[in-house]
Amino acid sequence: MISDPRAVSRLALRDAIGFPAFTLLFSMIGFGSLVHQSDLPLLMAVALTAGIWGLPGQLTLVEMHIAGASIFFVVLGVALANARFLPMVVSFMPLMPGRSSRLASNFALAQMLSINSWAAGLRRFPDIQPELRRRYYVLFGMICMGSGVAGTVIGYVSVALLPHEIALGLIFMNPLFFAVLLAGVKARPALIALLVGAPLGLLFHLITPDLDLLLTGAVGGSLAFFMTKKERAIPRP
Amino acid sequence: MDNIQTVVVLTLGGIGATYIWRAMGVVFAARISTESAIFLWVTVVSYAMLGGLIARMIVMPIGPLGEASLTVRLVSFIAGLAFFFLSGKRIFPGVVTGVGLFTLLQYLSPMI
Repeated sequence: MISDPRAVSRLALRDAIGFPAFTLLFSMIGFGSLVHQSDLPLLMAVALTAGIWGLPGQLTLVEMHIAGASIFFVVLGVALANARFLPMVVSFMPLMPGRSSRLASNFALAQMLSINSWAAGLRRFPDIQPELRRRYYVLFGMICMGSGVAGTVIGYVSVALLPHEIALGLIFMNPLFFAVLLAGVKARPALIALLVGAPLGLLFHLITPDLDLLLTGAVGGSLAFFMTKKERAIPRP
Repeated sequence: MDNIQTVVVLTLGGIGATYIWRAMGVVFAARISTESAIFLWVTVVSYAMLGGLIARMIVMPIGPLGEASLTVRLVSFIAGLAFFFLSGKRIFPGVVTGVGLFTLLQYLSPMI
């Protein structure tokens, strides 16, 4: 159990300045160049990266808008694409206990949650003293957000310099990185949920594209939960 | 370029539509103990949603990834995952192999 604040900071820096920062930098370069190609302003690209902070939702917004959907349906589409943040926040915040006066700050902290920080927290928190977990999370999240915003600007500005195939490859990096980040999980309930969720995601997308992820989570998650009823440990990636 | 009003409404709408989920999460999280079965269920639901999201992004992408053929996406994705496991679950070899192969196949695809 790590109880030295400086050691926690070092751990957060070491974990973030590596693959998470690197992947965010490059996948947001792909996003920035897409926004530029879609003839939308740089400020919007930056606001979407920092404000939505989840590439699938960001892509949904730009793509649906370019396809000509009305603002109402674009916003609805983004909301449905990002519904995963509800269970992610619920399953993450209780791991960072604080005094009740700190509840208000949780509303700010929730903005920094992404697949990266979620997976990093689930993996590291059991080794970190509970009161120091916020320190880890904030440092980790700030580095990730900084590199995501930097990548967005770089991608937007340098779109002419970036060959199309490479910009596309950078966007492809995102789902692949998510997959390897989560595929290493050892706990069976989590692994089963991932494996059950994948085909269900496709199936529900074909049946009802708007509600696909909500249904995938509810059905796939419950299946995995009941299939592994005897195991009661929180999965660590 | 779209007019400024559309851009502003769209941006704020997208941000608000995402933040609602996060805020609801904070409210619910305050009432849940990490020892409870519900907490484990919610965690597993997150994994299922992420599994579904990744599969959809690869097989039925909404965005520009649709330009690449399904074969290119699947082959590169599987190669990346395979290298991840073959290299002893190291992220770097997996991601570099997958993205490298994807980019290469994109360059070659007009010629095939």
